[in-house]
Amino acid sequence: MIETRQLTKHYGDLKAVDGISFKLEPGRVLGFLGPNGAGKSTTMKMIAGFLAPTSGSAVVCGHDVVDDAIAAKRVLGYLPEGAPSYGEMTPRQFLEFVADVRGLSGAKRGQRIDDVVERLHLNGVLEQPIETLSKGFKRRVGLAQAIVHDPQVLILDEPTDGLDPNQKHEVRALINRLAHDKTIVVSTHILEEVHAVCGRAIIIANGRILADATPAELETRSRYHQAVSLTSANVAAAKEALSRVADVAAVEIDPQDHRLTAFPKPGRQIFVAVNQALQAQGIAVSELQLEGGRLDEVFRTITQAKAEEARA
Amino acid sequence: MSNILTVFKRELSSYFATPVAYVFIVIFLLLAGTFTFYLGNFYERGQADLLPFFNFHPWLYLFLVPAVGMRLWSEERKSGTIELLLTLPITMWQAVAGKFLAAWAFIGIALVLTFPIWITVNYLGSPDNGVILASYIGSFLMAGAFLAIASCISACTRNQVVAFILTVVVCFAFLLAGFPLVLDFFSAWAPQGVVDAISGLSFLNHFAAISRGVVQLRDLIYFGLTIAFWLYASAVVIDLKKAD
Repeated sequence: MIETRQLTKHYGDLKAVDGISFKLEPGRVLGFLGPNGAGKSTTMKMIAGFLAPTSGSAVVCGHDVVDDAIAAKRVLGYLPEGAPSYGEMTPRQFLEFVADVRGLSGAKRGQRIDDVVERLHLNGVLEQPIETLSKGFKRRVGLAQAIVHDPQVLILDEPTDGLDPNQKHEVRALINRLAHDKTIVVSTHILEEVHAVCGRAIIIANGRILADATPAELETRSRYHQAVSLTSANVAAAKEALSRVADVAAVEIDPQDHRLTAFPKPGRQIFVAVNQALQAQGIAVSELQLEGGRLDEVFRTITQAKAEEARA
Repeated sequence: MSNILTVFKRELSSYFATPVAYVFIVIFLLLAGTFTFYLGNFYERGQADLLPFFNFHPWLYLFLVPAVGMRLWSEERKSGTIELLLTLPITMWQAVAGKFLAAWAFIGIALVLTFPIWITVNYLGSPDNGVILASYIGSFLMAGAFLAIASCISACTRNQVVAFILTVVVCFAFLLAGFPLVLDFFSAWAPQGVVDAISGLSFLNHFAAISRGVVQLRDLIYFGLTIAFWLYASAVVIDLKKAD
C-alpha cells in the first residue's frame, strides 16, 4: 500500500512536485503519465526514499519513507529511471549483491535469483559483464533487481523505455502477472501502455495532479468518445449526409487519408443514426468504426490547457 | 555491519574486475622501488632500515590515492547507481563506510605487496622490525586519511578528473600543513593559535612521528579523527547533492 499526503519537492524556486496526494491499494497498477519534467520521476524518487520531500509525507506499507526509511525500503522494489546498474558486474553478481543487501540468504536466495532470472529470460547473459549487454537486457537486469526480494510495493520508472515491441509486451505481461497481490506504480509516456497494464492513471503536469481516473474514464473525456469515423469514395456526399444527422455536432475530414469523423453532441450516441443516414442516401462506405476515445488527445488537452493557463 | 561487509565486498571486487587495479598495483610497486633505490640511496646509506622506503610514501600517495579514490562516488553519480545504492535498505553511513573500507583495503593490499623490500633489508642486515611495523601502520593510516579526503571530494562531482585534481590539491595542503609553504600563507594575518593548529594538521609530521617507531595515541587519534571527519563530510555532501 502507498499513501502520499501533499507530497512536495522544491529545487530552489522551482516546484518540481507540488502537493501530490493519492492512495493506492494492492492489486492495482497505477500509471503515472505526464510530459517530460512534469514531476513523475521526482515523485517516485521521494516514495522510493532517494530524495527527501520538502514537505508532505509518503507512507509505504505503514512505514513513513523519511522517519522509518529502512523499513520502507525493505518492502519496496525500485527501478530508477534509465535502469542503472554496475557495468563491470555480471547479472549474476549484481543480483547476488542486491539479494545480500536485501537480507536473502541460503536456499531462499538461490531460489529467488533463479526465479527472477527465469522470469526475465536472463539465462543466456548471466555471466557477461552488464556493460556489454544490449539496452533491452540492461533494462531487464534492472527489473530483476527490483523484484528479487518479492517486494509488496513496486515503483518502476519507465520500465519499457528502450525495449523493442516484443520485449515491451513481455514486460507488460510480467507487470500484469505481478499485479494481483502487489501495489505497483509505473511511469510512462507511452499511452498504449496505460491500456495494457494500468487499472488507474494519474496525469501530472507542472508537479500537480490534473486527472486521476481509470483509462476508460479518461477516454470518455475525449472528443472522439462515441464519434464515428469512416472512409468513403464519395467524400463530399458522405460529409453532406453526416452533417444532416440530428445529433452530429461536427464533421471533420482528415487532410491526409480523407477519413471522415462525425462528432456527437455531448452525451448523444450517433452510430445507428449515421449508419441509417448513409444507407438512405445510398453512399457506399468501405469501412465504418465507432471510436472509444483517444487517450493521446485527452492527454494533450489536459496537459496543454494547464500549460497555457500557467503562461497566461 | 553485514551491510557494510556486502558493500565492501562488491566495491573491492569491482576494483579487480578491470585491469585498473593491476595497473595501479604495478605502478605503485615500481615507483616505491625506484624511489627507494635511486632517490633514497638504499644501498649507499649502508644502514639496515627502511627509512628511504617510507620517506617517499607521502609523495607516492599524493598522486596514487586520489587516483584510487576519485571514482568512489563520482562514478556512482555519473552512472546513476547512487540512486540504486541509496534506495536499498542500507543507511548512508553503511554505504559511505563500506565503499571507503574497500578502497582502503585495496591500498592495503598494494602496501602488503611491498614485502620483498622488508625481506631484502632483513637479508642484508638486522633492522629494527618494530620500527618497520610501526612505519607500515603509519603509512596505512596516512593512506586512509588521504582516501577519506578523496571520498568527500569525489562526492562533490560526477567528473572523476575534477575529483582527482581537487583531491591532489587538498591532500597537498594537508601534507605540507606544518611547513613554511602553507604556514607563511596564514602567519601574516592569522593569530598564532590558528597557525599552530594548522601546523598540527600536517600529515607529514604525524607520519614522521609514527615512522620513528613510536606509535603514540595522539597520532592514531589524529588520523582516526581525520578519517571520521572526511567520511562524515562525504555523507553530508552526498545527501545535499544527490538531487542534481
